Amino acid sequence: MAHRVVIVGGGAAGMQTALELKSRGIEPVIVERNIELGGKAKGWHKLFPSFVSAADVMQPLALKVKSERIRCFYGQEVSEIAPDGVMLRSKERIPADAVVVATGFTLFDAHRKQEYGYGLYDNVITSVDLERMMNSGCVSLADGTEPKRIAILHCVGSRDEKVGQKHCSKVCCITGVKQAIELKQLFPTADVFNFYMDMRMFGPGYEELYREAQERYNVHFVRGRISEAAETINKRIQIKAEDTLTGRPLRMTVDMLVLLVGMSANYENPALAATAGLDLAPNGYFKAVDTFLGAVRSQREGIFFAGAVTAPKSLADTLAEASLTASAVDDYLKRKFNLR
Amino acid sequence: MRNLNFGYGISRPRAVDLDTNDLRKGLDIIAEMPELQACIGCGSCTASCTAGNITDFNFRKLHTAVRRGEYKGVYEALGKCMLCGKCRLVCPRGINTRAVVMLIKRKLGDF
Amino acid sequence: MSRRASWQEYQKDIAADKYYYARSCIRQNFFPGSEKAFLDILSNDLGIDIYDDPLHTSCTGIGYHSDVVPLETIMTVVARQFSLMAEAGYENFISSCITSFGIYNEVLATWEEFPETEERTRKYLKEATGRELVKPRSIAHTSDIMFHHRHAIARKAKRRLVNVMTGEPLKVVEHIGCHYAKIFPKSGIGGSEFPYVLAGMIEAWGGDVVDYPERRHCCGFGFRNYLVQANRGSSIANSHKKLESMAPYRPDFIVANCPGCTMFLDKWQYAIAEMDGTTYGANGKGIPVLTYEEMAGLVLGYDPWELGMQFHQVDVEPLLDKLGVQYDPQAKYLGAGGKYIGKPAPVAVNCESERRLYEIRR
Repeated sequence: MAHRVVIVGGGAAGMQTALELKSRGIEPVIVERNIELGGKAKGWHKLFPSFVSAADVMQPLALKVKSERIRCFYGQEVSEIAPDGVMLRSKERIPADAVVVATGFTLFDAHRKQEYGYGLYDNVITSVDLERMMNSGCVSLADGTEPKRIAILHCVGSRDEKVGQKHCSKVCCITGVKQAIELKQLFPTADVFNFYMDMRMFGPGYEELYREAQERYNVHFVRGRISEAAETINKRIQIKAEDTLTGRPLRMTVDMLVLLVGMSANYENPALAATAGLDLAPNGYFKAVDTFLGAVRSQREGIFFAGAVTAPKSLADTLAEASLTASAVDDYLKRKFNLR
Repeated sequence: MRNLNFGYGISRPRAVDLDTNDLRKGLDIIAEMPELQACIGCGSCTASCTAGNITDFNFRKLHTAVRRGEYKGVYEALGKCMLCGKCRLVCPRGINTRAVVMLIKRKLGDF
Repeated sequence: MSRRASWQEYQKDIAADKYYYARSCIRQNFFPGSEKAFLDILSNDLGIDIYDDPLHTSCTGIGYHSDVVPLETIMTVVARQFSLMAEAGYENFISSCITSFGIYNEVLATWEEFPETEERTRKYLKEATGRELVKPRSIAHTSDIMFHHRHAIARKAKRRLVNVMTGEPLKVVEHIGCHYAKIFPKSGIGGSEFPYVLAGMIEAWGGDVVDYPERRHCCGFGFRNYLVQANRGSSIANSHKKLESMAPYRPDFIVANCPGCTMFLDKWQYAIAEMDGTTYGANGKGIPVLTYEEMAGLVLGYDPWELGMQFHQVDVEPLLDKLGVQYDPQAKYLGAGGKYIGKPAPVAVNCESERRLYEIRR
């Protein structure tokens, strides 16, 4: 009989781990909180830096999980984790030979940065709202008209100790570049301004895309963080920042302000970690043994990690890591059951 | 309105105001040399600048100001450039900075 | 309102009764009627125990922020005010001034964070006055208190913040003093970005709150920036920026909770008119600037001249007419015992008084 591994979370990390385990002859079981698989990447429009449709990556994964007949629990939350299985909130216990925590991250709630007026001013939206707009095929201002001037603000809920988010969310910079290009493609005559603190173009093709946004799409990059946004009488957004490269305050009015929201650790992490006696990193993410050879292993034998549950990661990094997780789980099971 | 002497006036805001600034010249310059937009503000040009090491000439700030629609004094300031070409050698983005100096001077000549 | 939910995250406990009242230096000079109205509204209209102690002094905050009063001194002065409160049998300290409110919070936080400063202050207080330091149970600004009792005031209201000629709610700009919540956001109702303390009163009394782009901007007072004549240009520039930003909304009046802001937003309208000829408000008659006590007083049916509204630079008569307030134009410049207290020279933002009063007196 195949060994069973419970995977907590049915997003990109969970699905990819499950598929890899299955191909190694192990029986994966996915427990998903929502009523369907897909996680955060579901509903995303296009992926950086290649502009591949997110659905083209996520749908084959979900279909394969189905065709491989991987068992999934939907609408179920895990309340306790242990190396020998998980407890659901419904009090049902799923025994297992190992557990993979792939619960991902929580989007930073833009309301918390009150100075930007998200939820209060109609034309202040988040990067996630913009993806949904693009997916629905209709990007417009609240009154249905086209934006002529757009500001994109980097680091909303990242590198911001005021809201307890000390870390860099890693993917927002490149998302900002991607979305600026998409907006320029939709509205070629519009002016797009990206307000950034640093441009962290860490991945393959990212820096090249940044340069393309600057040179080919004429996206304006202003080094400075917007300090406040306020609505004008005609529902435009007045913003203030410093143009740190000229050393002067800068102010302007835009039609639309896009907040590039960062990644927060899940609010449930402390409670969940406590059930297994695991430590969290200072930023609230689960803590891996180390970031080199133990990146997918927890402090407890038999509990593993995959994806953004340990740190902000891109979808590409998450998928790559999930394969690593499956390999580590496989090694562990072989050792445990003397299969070598 | 009487002519009272208060001993002070209403200080003018020193913010770069992208609502009231005339951005056309700047956009014109970018259209002619799009590579200027690729500047990442590293400061290599200013660090190596012959003129900038003996005067307050700062090429990075000047061309950024032009792109924000701030033209006042730029033409005169660019007169300090010695056109030695060192900035172009060091620019990591490969921007033809020397040509930028000439272009801005040409465009702002009547400013 | 429902969308402006953020203020609910920043609630603070406000005592319901038994207040020790600490006055403001500026307000006693520029808005003496407002502090009187606050005491009257609380004790007479609401039946609340509030103690106005003749023994307390300035908090010396302006001197502190202008670098002429050292930290040790202001801490000792603050400690003395607290001791006076305890001696009078009170524990809820309320401050009429925003600068003082900031000072009291700052001093308490400093004592908390650096206990050695509290020990030193205890020693100085004992040596200088023989008193013992007793810390208050609660600290609030008087606008917090008015906010806390806003529904009780609404129940006793004689009128609402509604234009009696059109039936429309009045459009009110609220301005919050910087030291109310920008230093300690949690010490203010609604936090620092969307303070609710004045907005809550305006809503409870029937007005519409105007949210304009420079709402959160400082009035520009800035202590030494204003106190040194050469720096006043930066002070007035900030009020100018705010007035320019709110003008398109055509507010009926401004209400502020800080002594300096109320004074500057009012008086700078005259200076701006003289300096560059710009006047704000309907017919260029200026936008009246009220204290929250004056706003509450009008709602409760107090006489505007009893509230001291003749002290304003921008004339309030057009606002009184909108509110349907009955007032005696001839009594405007009559002080105690009907004595004529003198009239301001006519200028752009107060020519209303010229027309009304002097035609009658002649």
